[in-house]
Amino acid sequence: MEATALSFTGFVALYIFMLAAFTGYEIIGRVPSILHTPLMSGSNFVHGIVCVGAIFALLNATTPLEQVIGFVGVLFGAGNVAGGYVVTERMLEMFKPSDKKK
Amino acid sequence: MDANLIINVVYIVAAFLFIYGLKRMSSPVTARSGIVVAGVGMLFAVLVSFLYAVTASEAAKAHMSVNLSLAAVALILGVVVAYWTGKKVAMTAMPQMIAIYNGLGGGAAALIAASELFAPAVSGESEDVVRLVVTVIGAIIGAVSFSGSVIAWAKLDGRIKKTWRVSGQQFLNGAVMLVALGIGAYLVFGAHGHGAVGLTVAFFIITLVFGVLMTMPIGGADMPVVISLYNAFTGLAVGAEGFVLQNPALMIAGMVVGAAGTLLTLLMAKAMNRSVKNVIFSNFAVESSAAQGEIEGSLKPTDASDAAVQMRYAQKVIIAPGYGLAVAQAQHKLYEFVKLLQAHDVDVKFAIHPVAGRMPGHMNVLLAEAGVPYDIIHDMDDINEEFKEADVALVIGANDTVNPAARTQKSSPIYGMPVLKVDDAKQVYVIKRGEGKGYSGVVNELFYRDNTNMVYGDAQKVMVKMIQAIKDLGEG
Repeated sequence: MEATALSFTGFVALYIFMLAAFTGYEIIGRVPSILHTPLMSGSNFVHGIVCVGAIFALLNATTPLEQVIGFVGVLFGAGNVAGGYVVTERMLEMFKPSDKKK
Repeated sequence: MDANLIINVVYIVAAFLFIYGLKRMSSPVTARSGIVVAGVGMLFAVLVSFLYAVTASEAAKAHMSVNLSLAAVALILGVVVAYWTGKKVAMTAMPQMIAIYNGLGGGAAALIAASELFAPAVSGESEDVVRLVVTVIGAIIGAVSFSGSVIAWAKLDGRIKKTWRVSGQQFLNGAVMLVALGIGAYLVFGAHGHGAVGLTVAFFIITLVFGVLMTMPIGGADMPVVISLYNAFTGLAVGAEGFVLQNPALMIAGMVVGAAGTLLTLLMAKAMNRSVKNVIFSNFAVESSAAQGEIEGSLKPTDASDAAVQMRYAQKVIIAPGYGLAVAQAQHKLYEFVKLLQAHDVDVKFAIHPVAGRMPGHMNVLLAEAGVPYDIIHDMDDINEEFKEADVALVIGANDTVNPAARTQKSSPIYGMPVLKVDDAKQVYVIKRGEGKGYSGVVNELFYRDNTNMVYGDAQKVMVKMIQAIKDLGEG
């Protein structure tokens, strides 16, 4: 398993963080203000990926304490994912192009 | 095939889909498909993470059937409850829902950190100081985001009405923060990640308390900025815990959101002419209540139908909607009214303040819901000079965003905030439920101006009366 387990230490992690930060900055930089709320909601959904980390912690749990922490973590993460998705989708559903006038 | 290989391949795909999805969300034309793209990425990432059951340590494998069931139950429960609440909540309540979902994410990040701190052996790594430092940082940011978001939700939802302040609050907050940092530092350097359970619990409690203390004094008008800030916080916490767990998907998604959220927060704060520092250390209305200038003139109520008739014969009408419109759910009736005016060749435009309806873009969403085409909806900067040419400015449930004191009165607590120049119009009608103050608690001198008339009532009912008044006029 060690052959494919990734390892991010020191500078590799810093490079990843730096590039990801630029990506996030660029995505938002040129956004019209009407999309600020949906985009905030959308990015709120994306950090729901924390759910994956919580699943990892729970599946590696060996004590009842870790199991409880992991369970609540997955519960919260899942709430973040599902809630973030539904709210964002409902908002974006309303952006229909205006083709009726002129 | 090797489980780790599958997991990593799926994570790369998911990371790509997140970024691509967010990119699509940044344009109104492709926005809808963007969330679906990101959603597919999330689905893959969550499903594949169950493969961790295969890669787990032997010690954990002994508990695997229980752990897997717990994971499945938590996942299903969380998804169902959040999906259901997200579906049924009214569009006007969106900001607080974003706050609560964001808080959950921050809480999950803090819990991952807790799991690491209680049992550093979880991911099988040796104790590395960098890892521990990042764990503790993620724990602090995540926990603050969690408790802060919950308070933000409670405030926006009207569950906490008071803005709680004590003198010397900043010192109190600073002291609490220092204690949290102190314990955090001890957990890393003193206990090398093996701190006593009691101390670790105390660390989390103090951090959570800090989030509460930090959010309580912040006024409602600043809440959007705060929610956006906590959104960025959660992103950073997720990124940090991603590093701790050596999970590239969390690192990338968390950091992208952290950066995007930070920029979004700055943009929002700029739109309100508030620095983020000012918002957080909130000295909004502390010493301002006494500094209110004297207001001359009187409130002049008028009838909804009179106002409607005048707009019917106007050349140009600019509508400035605010939170009151959202609360009354009057956007559909408003658009019906606008269509009637347009049928009589009135030039109607919407002027949207950057934070109209509590959040940037919130009002645009509500108007879009009613079917208002977005080519008659204008941003504040584009339309502010046009108020001079308008015969009528119709303010619906907006207050602070149209207060001329923000431009003229240095003593006003909202001085310097960009506002819509509705008072430049020849005639201003303000639809308002009562004589209350705006969210900032500032009296609005616009309402007392000579060219302003007040139409009291629920926005929806007023719109119905206005529509009726125009219909009664016939085609004349």
